[in-house]
Amino acid sequence: MNSMSPLILGLSVLLCVTLIGAALVAIRATRLPIAILAAGLVSLIASILFLVLAAPDVAMTEAAIGSGLTTFLFFFVLARVRGAEKDGDELAGDELAGVKHDGVGK
Amino acid sequence: MIKRAIALLLTLAVGALFASLLVGYVPDSELNHTARYYAERTAEDIGAANIVTAIIVTYRGLDTLGEVTVLFISAAIVGLVLAQGRVLNNAPNNAPRQTRAPVSELLSTGSRVLTPLILLLGVYVFVNGHLTPGGGFQGGAIVASGMLLLLLADPLKQFSHRLIAVLESLSGLLFVGIGVLGVLLAGGFLDNRLLPIGTLGELFSAGVIPVIYSLIGLKVGAEFSSMLASLSETNHTENSEET
Repeated sequence: MNSMSPLILGLSVLLCVTLIGAALVAIRATRLPIAILAAGLVSLIASILFLVLAAPDVAMTEAAIGSGLTTFLFFFVLARVRGAEKDGDELAGDELAGVKHDGVGK
Repeated sequence: MIKRAIALLLTLAVGALFASLLVGYVPDSELNHTARYYAERTAEDIGAANIVTAIIVTYRGLDTLGEVTVLFISAAIVGLVLAQGRVLNNAPNNAPRQTRAPVSELLSTGSRVLTPLILLLGVYVFVNGHLTPGGGFQGGAIVASGMLLLLLADPLKQFSHRLIAVLESLSGLLFVGIGVLGVLLAGGFLDNRLLPIGTLGELFSAGVIPVIYSLIGLKVGAEFSSMLASLSETNHTENSEET
């Protein structure tokens, strides 16, 4: 830590603040695509921080898997879940309608 | 309200714990016993310039086999869960599909230029795992992201699942086979001295480490690609069924 130049130290503090901000966005965002992108940003910043901390192996893994593949994995899953959600809502609506009709009938 | 107070108290307690750790942190002036052993003996015993790779592939080779197994199981489960949808959708799958909105010119042209470069970088990373940072897992993930780019540029693209399966199981079998050969011909399971160690820093050095790491790279790349491909395919079939 002592060997860090002030420039690198300042950069890492800035990155840490951005990382925490992106993580908060990922948790609090109401729109899922934005939350997924923020989570990818967290991984990207984390990989830069790993590089600053002299762990290039971990940084490469984090950049390739954390911010690359996982983000798109989430998007693929989101596309799937969206379709299922629609089906589920329709089903629930039908059931609800059925219950209402029954209630009226009785 | 009480729940919130308890959560706040717990957070504060954990925060205090970590704060005390941070305040009391003194960086080590020298490497501890295990680290010193690895730092001093790796070049001589294993012949790998990248100590991390020597630890991952040889000293802790069994753990790596476990990691690869975990990744294999998760890829297999993703395939299993998504295959059910695919079997059901097989009939509409054969029918001519509706044309989707074409992807942007920028993406399709860019993918044609970039995909070979990304694949080359991935192969470079896992072949040079014993010399430069990175290795099988990182290289495999980079190869898979090249495949992802292909999929994004052309969502209708069909990957040969048979080829992926053959590549994946063959590299897994060879990985374990080299490990067993190590028991028979060298010092133990996954011992790298099956092949001559060679001179430090050359491509063909460090015994079988480059071979094992290339196999791991192919395996990881195939697993990630199969996951992405089956997810993308089932998305597509579901979409075409809806319309």
